[in-house]
Amino acid sequence: MSVVLWIPLVGPVALAGLSLLLRTSSLRRFVGVAASSAVLVSGLLLVGAVLNGAVPASGDGLLRADALSAYMISVVGAVGLISTWGGLSSAASSRTKDAASYEALIALFLAAMSLAVLADSIGLMWAAVEATTIATAFLVGHHRTRRSLEAAWKYVILGSVGVAIALLGIGFIYAASVGTDTPTLSWLLLSQANLGLDPALITAGGALAVLGFATKAGLAPMHSWLPDAHSQAPAPVSGLMSGVLLSVALYAILRIQSITNLVIGPEFLRAMLSIAGLLSLLVAASLLIRQRDYKRMLAYSSIEHMGLMAIGVAIGPAALPAVLLYILGHGLIKATLFVISGRILKIEGTPVISDVRALLVRRPGLAIPWLIAMAAIVGFPPFSIFFSEVGIIMAGWSVGLGGVVGTALVLLLVIFAAFTRLTVQMTIGAPPTEVAVTPDYSTHGPILPIILALATTATIAFVAEPVGTLLRAATAVLGGTH
Amino acid sequence: MFENIYPQLIGLCTGSLLLTSALMVWRHSLLASIRLLALQGIALAALVAVIGIAEGEVEVIVVSLLILSVKGIGLPWVLSHQSKAAIKHVQESPRLNPTAALLAVTLLTILSYVVVSRVVGLGNTSTGHAAPIGLAMVLIGFLLLISRRRARSQLIGFLLLDNGIATVTFLTSGGVPILLEFAFSLDVLLVVLILHVFTRRMSTKFGGTAVDQLRELHD
Repeated sequence: MSVVLWIPLVGPVALAGLSLLLRTSSLRRFVGVAASSAVLVSGLLLVGAVLNGAVPASGDGLLRADALSAYMISVVGAVGLISTWGGLSSAASSRTKDAASYEALIALFLAAMSLAVLADSIGLMWAAVEATTIATAFLVGHHRTRRSLEAAWKYVILGSVGVAIALLGIGFIYAASVGTDTPTLSWLLLSQANLGLDPALITAGGALAVLGFATKAGLAPMHSWLPDAHSQAPAPVSGLMSGVLLSVALYAILRIQSITNLVIGPEFLRAMLSIAGLLSLLVAASLLIRQRDYKRMLAYSSIEHMGLMAIGVAIGPAALPAVLLYILGHGLIKATLFVISGRILKIEGTPVISDVRALLVRRPGLAIPWLIAMAAIVGFPPFSIFFSEVGIIMAGWSVGLGGVVGTALVLLLVIFAAFTRLTVQMTIGAPPTEVAVTPDYSTHGPILPIILALATTATIAFVAEPVGTLLRAATAVLGGTH
Repeated sequence: MFENIYPQLIGLCTGSLLLTSALMVWRHSLLASIRLLALQGIALAALVAVIGIAEGEVEVIVVSLLILSVKGIGLPWVLSHQSKAAIKHVQESPRLNPTAALLAVTLLTILSYVVVSRVVGLGNTSTGHAAPIGLAMVLIGFLLLISRRRARSQLIGFLLLDNGIATVTFLTSGGVPILLEFAFSLDVLLVVLILHVFTRRMSTKFGGTAVDQLRELHD
């Protein structure tokens, strides 16, 4: 089983090499899809192994897949598949040299995220998170316009400074372990009780590491790079970054939190994450009300959802199954929305909301999936985001964080209203009367990934076996009972 | 013999680290900043080598050679890769005047001593006592990032910050496992190369490398 751990790393890297070698071949456009499929299949195999009670490990304990890692790697694969398949480029445009490096970087990006969730050492996890910044830098700047260059510059500077802060934190955590018998960065060892880690160093290290990874997760007040980068990148890249890269950073926070909880208790990070979460909701609410660009609207929606997830992480084990389900639901829906937004941008030629009107009458082929996915992202049942949000709020109430989740609920209502208004503005209404309109039923790209993503999100919350079991097992990993 | 001069060597290395950081804030010429960065890389490598010799660990000495080649030689070479004549005339016009900037450096250094001694404690080793220098370098790196206008100067601020983090890590824990150190160095090298490419694209697209021009995207 341990060989499966290497597939999501070696597979995409090999495919990236292939993409660079395949000259002028139209096969190249399937590299991203193939890499995502490799990650997804190995993720599902690892989930199967984990549910049978195994914990596959390889490379002298360097790579390890407990229930949480197996779940996350499946999410990376699933969101990757929706983004790359939905954003499949045309055969003609995939012959250029730019397309070769684009597909290669997508594959490397997937490999870096896979390494981040499979690494046992928190140092290696850090290096992999930094590698995601490196792989995505040129993807954000792919269009080579002034705006995309600006977005890419801000993204790389803020992203790497943030992650450098996390490195400082990890340095302190390592320093804390030097005082014990076994100096280590292995999460498995660090998350054991009675190791005798120095509390002062763990407090400083945990705070800095969480601060750094929170920058990468797009939590306020370190979020300023996110709307720029996610709105300027090509649609599949935005889908991957918003849908799953933010969650990978949140995963890093979860791992760090489980180390600090054992030494200094949950209160310290709980305060930090609650504040960051509420601030993120506030930023998203205030900037969504007057938003004019629909790709930026989706980016602010990601800040909102990450904020609520951070509150869930702050609440602790009671909310964690809901948070983990949230990661999958948000990832799939956000990837779908970015894919559709890319198609709208291509066909309408403008990212401005007020210039895209009466989409439902003019282009029902795009407007109908857009409306369904929008309903899912603002939290309508039966989509799983609804159940995750309810789960987090109930859990917050039960552990005595009623004030925090109450405030979050009010902000969620504001965001709900803003989103509804913007979506109605884009889709509903009559087209200008002087132009004759023939409804365009084309979906302008593969529709199957969109249907798959929507169907999965609509049904997954009702599947107790094996999803519920897996989520509970993943939560147990973080509780220290593994 | 070595035990006697060990605290002095640690002091010498960390002192030169702090001195080069302060000089980077003071000097406005890009070429001078790059040379100071190279000096700082050498001082950091020397610090790691001293720690390695004191602990008698070959691995740490190998790490010091890695640092020397990446931070002392590699990165400065990448930064000054374009013709030296062009760099010589690049003058930074920072948002802070030199006196205010040096005053800020002093305050940041005091702040980092206060923070480290309160939060973590200085301990009773000579490396522990020097640990605040690393934090001061991190804060000075932030100062450069905020106060400089040109893309390459911001890049130097980022590298100073990174050197500071490495200094803190080595002074508090005696260094991380070599495989990870290798991954860290590679990551930093790639980030710098990427930013370097972006700087070039910026000067062709915008006709200059002032970061102030980057203000098209906002809400």
